[in-house]
Amino acid sequence: MSEPVIEVTGLTKRFEETLAVDHIDFAIGRGVTAALLGGNGAGKTTTISMLLGLLLPSEGSVRVLGADMQRDRYRVLPRMNFSSPYVELPHRLTVRENLRVYGALYGVRGVRGRIAALARDLQLTEFLDRKTGNLSAGQKTRVALAKALINEPELLLLDEPTVSLDPDTGDWVRGYLETYRARTGCTILLASHNMGEVERLCSEVFMMRKGRIVDRGSPEALIDRYGRDTLEEVFLDIARGRPRAAAAQ
Amino acid sequence: MSASSVFSPRRVGAMVLRHIYLFRGSWPRAFEIVYWPILTMVLWGFTSQFLVTNSSWVARAGGVLIYAVLLWEVLFRGQLGVAFSFLEEMWSRNLGHLFVSPLRPYEWVLSLLAMSFIRVTLGIVPAALLAIPLYHYSIFTLGLPLIGFFTLLLAMGWAVGLAIIALILRQGLGAENLAWVAVFVLSPISGIYYPIAILPHWMQWIAWCFPTAYVFEGMRAVLFQNEVRLDYLLEALALDVVYIAIGSAILLWSFRRARRTGALLQMGE
Repeated sequence: MSEPVIEVTGLTKRFEETLAVDHIDFAIGRGVTAALLGGNGAGKTTTISMLLGLLLPSEGSVRVLGADMQRDRYRVLPRMNFSSPYVELPHRLTVRENLRVYGALYGVRGVRGRIAALARDLQLTEFLDRKTGNLSAGQKTRVALAKALINEPELLLLDEPTVSLDPDTGDWVRGYLETYRARTGCTILLASHNMGEVERLCSEVFMMRKGRIVDRGSPEALIDRYGRDTLEEVFLDIARGRPRAAAAQ
Repeated sequence: MSASSVFSPRRVGAMVLRHIYLFRGSWPRAFEIVYWPILTMVLWGFTSQFLVTNSSWVARAGGVLIYAVLLWEVLFRGQLGVAFSFLEEMWSRNLGHLFVSPLRPYEWVLSLLAMSFIRVTLGIVPAALLAIPLYHYSIFTLGLPLIGFFTLLLAMGWAVGLAIIALILRQGLGAENLAWVAVFVLSPISGIYYPIAILPHWMQWIAWCFPTAYVFEGMRAVLFQNEVRLDYLLEALALDVVYIAIGSAILLWSFRRARRTGALLQMGE
């Protein structure tokens, strides 16, 4: 593998008495779509926050696009982006205004053209001038995706990208992400507990439980290893602490 | 210019634009900027007209109260401008997006200060202009020192605003009411409507530790003695530098702490 886009070593996060992320190591290469998969409180969002430099690790290191995210994150932040249902865009600004602001923050040249292209690709054109807070959940997700793609990032971090979406919109978003990755060679890391999404999009999966990576591999390899038919069954085995051998019986 | 440059006026401008869009799309927010300064000016204008004929002290300089209240509004609105621009980000749960963008913390702070200046100017100038036809008092008769008074009070408002942001970052939105009330702790010891000399001796010592006392005494020196007290202006400037340094240091510490605790992701309504 060439130099990884994400390289995590001994990454640990403690919140007072709680060990949210416990000495995890992983690396993700260029152009790969990978997932952090785990139940609620497994440490997925905390890990993504540390990858972004939004949260300082208690121990360990994170290198993204060659930069140490504790010391040098501003060098690479223009080349990455992020979307999460838990972080919103200002409700009282229109979609166009929000995208203009973020376009300027990311130093996008020709921001009007970029917004027009994103609006066309993500089917936003008809509500570009509507206030972001007045949109449906599906429309907001597409706007959040437009914001995350405004700078054509080399690395896209997505926290639960299709949570609360109806199956049709969720499928549409997943299809768009596949197309985008194929077109740009972007690396995507998503945190999810949607097994179908992970099976469809990802070639590498890091299974998390109680802050630790307890298994890893391609969805197919994990399914084989646990002797199961679907990733959801593997997830349940891991979430319930069943060892591989026992799970396969 | 590279998107990762150490300082980008474009990023500062983007944050200012974000707040201008907000005002453009929300008339109550825009109205609030001018409403309170004008209302206060109207109240103190009538009070001044009454006292001019009933108080020998006010009669010596008829505009003293109205100028004092307008200058106090500079401090209050300056602080509010910083704190509210920050609160808007918290209310919209937008901090997480901002701090994973290339926007640097000092660019963000600069944008808050720029918004504060815009809010103060839009709020105070109409009230000051309206006082001329209504009461025949023009704060602009203070002349060049007015620029000094305005700047010194605005800077102190920024220092208080930065400290309040730090507190909200630490305590969460439960502390947001402080944005409205914190600065009033300075009002009894600032000599807004009375000379510092009438305070008890021990309070005078405290009063002279804040630039506000120098500004309001300086204003009265211009009005009553027709004298520009450069020493007051310089002492207030030195104190402003100290308080802005303290406010910035507290904010940086609080920001670092928020990155340690994850507060930047969790904050919202």
